[in-house]
Amino acid sequence: MDTQLILIGLAGVLASSAPIVFATIGETFAERSGVINLSLNGTILLTAMAGFAVAVTTNSLFLGFLAGALIGGLVALIVAFSSISLKQSQVAVGFILALTCRDLSYYLGNPFMGLQGPRVPSLPIPGLADIPIIGVIFFQQDILVYASFLLIIVSYVFIFKTRPGLMLQGIGEKPATAFVRGANVNRLRYFYTVLGGMLAGLAGPMFSLSVKAGWKGTISGLDGFGWIALALTIFGGWNPLRAAFGAYLFGLLQWLGLVLQPSLPNIPSQVLQVAPFPLMILTLLLVNIGNAEWVDRTLAALPEKTRKWLANFLRALRTSPPASLGVPFENE
Amino acid sequence: MMKTSSRWSGIGFQTLAVLLALAFTTVVMLISGADPIQVYQNIISGALGSPTKIADILVAWTPLLLATAGLLLTFTAGLWNIGIEGQITLGAIFTTWALRLLQPTDLPPTLIMTIGFVAGALGGMIWAALVGLLKIYGNVNEIFGGLGLNFVATALTIWLIFGPWKRPGVGSMSGTEPFPLELWLPTLSGFRLSPLALAMGIIAIAIVYILLRGTYFGLRLKAVGRNGRAAFLMGIPTTRYMLMAFLLCGLMAGLAGATQVLAVYHRLIPSISSGYGFLGMMVAMLVNYQALWAAPVALFFAALNIGSIQLPIVLKLDSSLSGVLQGSLVLFVLLMDGVRRRLTRNQ
Repeated sequence: MDTQLILIGLAGVLASSAPIVFATIGETFAERSGVINLSLNGTILLTAMAGFAVAVTTNSLFLGFLAGALIGGLVALIVAFSSISLKQSQVAVGFILALTCRDLSYYLGNPFMGLQGPRVPSLPIPGLADIPIIGVIFFQQDILVYASFLLIIVSYVFIFKTRPGLMLQGIGEKPATAFVRGANVNRLRYFYTVLGGMLAGLAGPMFSLSVKAGWKGTISGLDGFGWIALALTIFGGWNPLRAAFGAYLFGLLQWLGLVLQPSLPNIPSQVLQVAPFPLMILTLLLVNIGNAEWVDRTLAALPEKTRKWLANFLRALRTSPPASLGVPFENE
Repeated sequence: MMKTSSRWSGIGFQTLAVLLALAFTTVVMLISGADPIQVYQNIISGALGSPTKIADILVAWTPLLLATAGLLLTFTAGLWNIGIEGQITLGAIFTTWALRLLQPTDLPPTLIMTIGFVAGALGGMIWAALVGLLKIYGNVNEIFGGLGLNFVATALTIWLIFGPWKRPGVGSMSGTEPFPLELWLPTLSGFRLSPLALAMGIIAIAIVYILLRGTYFGLRLKAVGRNGRAAFLMGIPTTRYMLMAFLLCGLMAGLAGATQVLAVYHRLIPSISSGYGFLGMMVAMLVNYQALWAAPVALFFAALNIGSIQLPIVLKLDSSLSGVLQGSLVLFVLLMDGVRRRLTRNQ
């Protein structure tokens, strides 16, 4: 394979990971505020279908994406309302929505199956696109991919470098303290959950109007991405930079699966496509195992040198969720 | 007095939830341009129209009962065993494996099928144990460990169907070569229903009901689910109970997979679990994790699944409509429960 093909391949990885970046960062916002939105897989399928259907009917890409964001926000609003206002289990409601939205997308998307729809055009950035290597990888993409780059940076800066961002961290870690400091915890949780849902809702149309253009019902190949995004949120340690890294790693693995396919004729393509999943479990194991009690005990029994090295290694990988993730807040 | 009124209000809110779910589903039908009355009639006649269809409901009820029974145990222990789909699949794979190995021998078919069931249970338990060990010793949330393993199980199935176990000639999505008739679990003559498999499902839910209702084991499992830390301090070996819940759930899921192979499809197909694991989670949530109501609700869900099968043929609608109705039922029941509690809290 020549260099040009590899470069185009890498550009493809960035493009096909863009929806996952949106979904993962959206979920990062929701979980940072303390709410798990488990409905992501359904949200992505439903917004992919709805975005495509709206874009086909109105012939407007913009309306397609708008529909995606609105529906994603609405689904997240149900999660927020039932968990914050009605004190029901977030995981239960999210799981039900994940399944129901999926079925809804297959049912309502039936008439739109296999239709030709509009597609987001590629938009090389004049000047930058001609830079050798970097130009091909980064600057010959469509507007959504640029938006995903921007989203990574903006959300990172917002969460870690601004006052509202610190407040966001506060309501997820120590809501009582944030409340005393004047934060309306529950209102902010509503806000960030819906915002996260809207970002995840853009992921659907990004698939159906760009990365995997079209709607093909159950064989659209979109079922599963939402679960991946949820896992990447943990892998990313609720940090947009690390989450984006995870998303790109995942995209790279899927691409490698496709590239390696011809040289491994005995393995059906479906198998290589799920290769990232065992790796996902493994990475989750690596980032979480440092929190397990027995690891501390085992480490203590090891010789000094190995212990230090291992402990540092695990600490570098380890991520811990926001302390109040999934815990309802009552201001009394 | 108070108790009765809260009970009646509970029933009132549940009725309201059912009505809302029906209203929502009707709106969805109207959006798709279908005539709701025609659709509901079709679902009812598709489910109850003939003895064969009623028998088919019981065929679908069997794996759903097994899955729900297992899930009631993991839910009671406070665990979200989303990996149940993979556990059903692994059960089916292990059963197929055992049958393939023993088919050429001259063991009696009954024995081969019995071994098939044992192998299926084992397969489900192995997959569930993986989730449990990842959770207990690796701190990997069971939701994500389970989901990952679900995908792995599906990939394994497809690899087997297209690779080592492919049909003579070329592998296809239709599955592996069907087993000979003598390895089919006997059915009622003229129907696809195997009384033995059905009995297994009913026994499973009965056992779980008794376990949770009247045993020391069930009581301790509840303690682990309610407050793991407190249970641990009281001297309950929490991790052992969690692992036990996973293993028992895996066992029942594996049996569900085994019945899919031995009594329904007679071969391994790509979507062998048929979504019964996730549907079982819905049933468990709808009945608020109470074993008593699980069986009738599972029967109703199975009827909806069977009733919607002919929708694509007769009305050109996607059969996932049954999933919309099931999902909105569970969602509205949870929401209305929340509304009722909020109202009673404010009083």
